[in-house]
Amino acid sequence: MSAARGTPTHCPYCALQCAITISLPATPAGEPLIAPRDFPVNRGGLCQKGWTSAELLRAPDRLTTPLLREETGTRPATWDEALGRVVATITRLRREHGPDSVAVFGSGALTNEKAYLLGKFARVALRTSQVDYNGRFCMSSAAAAGNRAFGIDRGLPFPVTDLGRAGLVVLAGANPAETMPPLMGHLTGPGTRLIVIDPRRTPTAVAALSGGGLHLQPAPGTDLALALGLLHVARTSGYLDTPARATYRRQRTAGWEQAWQRAAAWWPERAERVTGVAVADMRAAVQLLHAAPGAYILTGRGAEQHTKGTDTASAWINLALAFGLPGTAGHGYGCLTGQGNGQGGREHGQKADQLPGYRSIADPAARAHIARAWGIPEADIPGPGRSATELLEAIGTEGGPKALLVFGANLAVSAPRARHVTGKLRQLELLVVADSVPSETARLADVALPVAQWAEESGTMTSLEGRILRRRRALSPPDGVWTDLEVLSALATRLGRDRAEFPADPDAVLAELRAASRGGLADYSGADTARLDDEVPLYWPVPAGSDGTPRLFGRRFAHPDGRARFVAVDHRDAAELPDREFPLFATTGRVLQHYQSGAQTRRVPELHRAQPEAFVEVHPDTARRAGLADGGRATVISRRGTVAARVRCVATMRCDTVFLPFHFPGDGSANALTNPALDPVSRMPEFKVCAVRLEPA
Amino acid sequence: MTRRHCVIIGNGMVGARFAQEARRHDPAARALDITIVGAEHRPAYNRVLLPNLLSGAMRDEDLILGDPGWYASHHVRLRTGTPAIRVDVAAHAVWTGTGDAIGYDHLVLATGARARVPAIPGIAAVVPEAAAGVTALRTIGDARRLANLAVTARRKHGRIAVLGGGVLGIEAARALTARGTAVTVLHRGGHPMARQLDAPAGRALATAIRATGIDLRLAVEAVRWEPGRGLWVRPAGSPGAEPGAEPGAELVRADGLLVSAGTIPETGLAAAAGLRLAPSAAIAIEDALTTSDPDVYAIGDCAGHPGAAGGLVQPGWEQAAVLASRLTGAEPRARYRGSARVTRLKAAGIDLTCVGDAFPDVADPDFEVLRFEDAGRYAKLVLQDDRVAGATMLGFPDAAAGIVQLYDRDVPVPSDRLALLLGRALPAEAGGTRAPAALPDHAIVCRCNMVTKAQLRDAWHEGATSRPALCAATRAATGCGGCGGDVDAFADWLSNTDPVKPAKEAILR
Repeated sequence: MSAARGTPTHCPYCALQCAITISLPATPAGEPLIAPRDFPVNRGGLCQKGWTSAELLRAPDRLTTPLLREETGTRPATWDEALGRVVATITRLRREHGPDSVAVFGSGALTNEKAYLLGKFARVALRTSQVDYNGRFCMSSAAAAGNRAFGIDRGLPFPVTDLGRAGLVVLAGANPAETMPPLMGHLTGPGTRLIVIDPRRTPTAVAALSGGGLHLQPAPGTDLALALGLLHVARTSGYLDTPARATYRRQRTAGWEQAWQRAAAWWPERAERVTGVAVADMRAAVQLLHAAPGAYILTGRGAEQHTKGTDTASAWINLALAFGLPGTAGHGYGCLTGQGNGQGGREHGQKADQLPGYRSIADPAARAHIARAWGIPEADIPGPGRSATELLEAIGTEGGPKALLVFGANLAVSAPRARHVTGKLRQLELLVVADSVPSETARLADVALPVAQWAEESGTMTSLEGRILRRRRALSPPDGVWTDLEVLSALATRLGRDRAEFPADPDAVLAELRAASRGGLADYSGADTARLDDEVPLYWPVPAGSDGTPRLFGRRFAHPDGRARFVAVDHRDAAELPDREFPLFATTGRVLQHYQSGAQTRRVPELHRAQPEAFVEVHPDTARRAGLADGGRATVISRRGTVAARVRCVATMRCDTVFLPFHFPGDGSANALTNPALDPVSRMPEFKVCAVRLEPA
Repeated sequence: MTRRHCVIIGNGMVGARFAQEARRHDPAARALDITIVGAEHRPAYNRVLLPNLLSGAMRDEDLILGDPGWYASHHVRLRTGTPAIRVDVAAHAVWTGTGDAIGYDHLVLATGARARVPAIPGIAAVVPEAAAGVTALRTIGDARRLANLAVTARRKHGRIAVLGGGVLGIEAARALTARGTAVTVLHRGGHPMARQLDAPAGRALATAIRATGIDLRLAVEAVRWEPGRGLWVRPAGSPGAEPGAEPGAELVRADGLLVSAGTIPETGLAAAAGLRLAPSAAIAIEDALTTSDPDVYAIGDCAGHPGAAGGLVQPGWEQAAVLASRLTGAEPRARYRGSARVTRLKAAGIDLTCVGDAFPDVADPDFEVLRFEDAGRYAKLVLQDDRVAGATMLGFPDAAAGIVQLYDRDVPVPSDRLALLLGRALPAEAGGTRAPAALPDHAIVCRCNMVTKAQLRDAWHEGATSRPALCAATRAATGCGGCGGDVDAFADWLSNTDPVKPAKEAILR
């Protein structure tokens, strides 16, 4: 490989954002080469998805021309024609039904610049309140819990490398051995033990056990009771009475008494009955937390994607606060952000209730600041809109959206009750999907717009540790393909906005984002392109003139009084429990080879060969009782839909639980089963538990 | 639905739970106006955890159930220190000790139970605390009294006698010893926890109890409490002995006595109001939780339902949930059909779980019985149609937790019965199979990059004859890094068994 032509950048997939170099072939027929770089998070490592990521650029069914749906089917069109149809329909709908009849759906895969410009496009060019994004399905519970505990939401408020010095890491509902393998290098050093909380014996759980740690295997939907039981044991074992912890609680927190009062009613034997986790294991876990030299608690989607996901994350934060972890050197709490820009994507205004810089759209001062930055009257900024699931559900109802513009999301596969959502999308008068490949959602579009991919454009991403990273352009997009920013710029211009308000150049957008975020919680004003290009480690908040903030909370938390908040939370059942008709819990998750809806990874031959089809993991006895054998075909049935899946018998599964990965489309789509019931705070759907039964296919 | 006034008598764990459940369905008090009257002066608290006050693990205020401000903010009138003294079902009214009458549309009796006190000299039969040095353990006041007695005992190098080796007696005894108090438990039967255990299990439990330092005496009955000296006892069932007679009695020196000899449902109000009592002496209830008066309901330990074991909080909570669904109109046809019988001993160092009915006739071919017993452990698992019918698990913490879940959910048990008893699936093979020679060609060595043994060997043959070279050529160990040691082992193995000259630097460039 010729180093001269290598472009240093970052992997297109998850929030770990492993550093890589992409090298272009000397000849047009050659393949781009990927090599990992030595960088703090991946230290020269890469998983199979990263190694093969150049294949995405060569996807054989790459979209290279806009497609318009006609009564007879779809046909290629020019950009002028496509954008013309979009603008004409939007204009008509806005005139007939008002601005909220047009909605926008964004993504945690978008760069900071795109996320920012998309939110601005919605509020300024469309004047709609109806904008939200797929992070609602991903990070919203952790974000809500982090905000109410700490007054700020940065997934990891410390660099990933801090974890390498930990004596103990608790992973509540996270499976990084499959979802972000290079992270495991920071968690499995000789001095680190893991406690993994997961209904399945995942590779991460196996790593915990082989390193002398624990695997607690609760029934799906009972993590909150487990966290309460652990807090109860910690308190009644006297572990929270050490002078350091008592002082921390007194000086740095508020709300302990109310939170403890709820946990007081969760004596460990009660928690055991609900969760299935043995009291002895709870005591062992708490003993490890008590004695560890350096302890971290990290949550993942397994704890968060529930109708009580926010409260569950709060319960884990309460435990961390009780042990004095957040903001204490060498200790901490964090959540593992999933999507590539799941962190930055939730900061700059593509959320229904948010403005850039992690500002609240309901806060008059925040509105005034952003109105000045955008050069519009404050009154012109719409109020909060519907959250993702509610937005989709409102389609086809009185006052609901009639047009939807989707950027970087594959809702037909990733949304809960996915087949119902597909039906909703079909009811739209106009569905616009910007994507690089004909994803399941793009195939439903009235107008599909071919857009550039990761290595074909530049921008910034904010990784799971809150570090702002430069993603560089290594090659040109294929002919006919535009960038998302070019699309937004062109649409805004056609809708009558000044081109200068909607620049298509990423650096120009970053400059605007920096100014808009200035003074906000997620202040990027000091993240200039020169320092990003030099790979200076910049962790937000990075106010102009500062070197950023690798570690938050050292002296104070972000609430006005500087204290962290315990939040009084109590356990409640999942929205749907097994019964006679649907006797099993189903939980969903990921496999190593695929990313999210699989729209990208299913197009990479090496990954597709490794995991070609939907499967269901099931205990061998449960399979046998359902008349199924390992390797056979099963139908998994919930109240909302059915899935066809290959049977994988796994002896370590709980007898009452099956697992399905959600990366597959069509009749293998696990989200055909999932329950769209929402968390009342975060509006997160209940992806991680629903009731199903198994039948032979 | 017009708003109805619901009066709850008893502000304990079950009465308070009913109010909470009712407000969950009816947060704005549209269906039910709620008044709770309770004799005690404090808000509802957690009786289950009273032993924690003895061990020092919790303080009084830790037991309070829910936020004290909850009642007012949820439109619930709470009248503490207000004993109900009479119920007039004809007039639909409750008279209180503070002299007023409260009218009701629905009356919920959640009066609980009181300690059963043996009629022996030195102990007041109704109010044990009236006797010097004697207490029950039903209230925070009782716990304080007992804790004070324990302090005295420790100071004098004396001990506390516990009369009755049931769940409460053992939990209290264990909590007392945890704080350094010497304890003697005196039990009438041949083994402790006779309600839950058969004789072999009981013997194993006795051993476990003694191992924690508790002096456990079986098959003895109390004869007389002598304040300042101790409890006189004699062998249980001594022939011809009258209560109070003392031939052959022996003195167990003790500075305090905890009476934990079972409970009696608190049915005084109900009986006086003419409500029907069940043969168990509790208030007779239907599945709808109604008593013999259609507007009066009973839940918790005062209520007698054939499917509910007394002394546990879970049945009362489940009854509270059902009744709240009915009376708020959320689910008017909800019925209580009984509770899963699960007893979990809360005593540090004694891991005991009793589930369902563990005593079926072992000869019955319908039942499959698994047993295991050794010096410290005892397991008996009774299965019927592949489901858990009953279990006694002493010293099997992992298995017990899983078996209770299988029982509660009525889920078939794994066919691997040994795994069921151990509480975990057994490894498919013995350890050491990561040894390179033993692996088949298709075995995946690096999961993150799906690298097989065959790929590593082929790369070796193509010149990648070191770990870094193997990793670079195959991507092995570049993901989570967990297989680095395995790749090292491969390099060692191949260099011994397949010494190939490094052919080219092609891979290493």
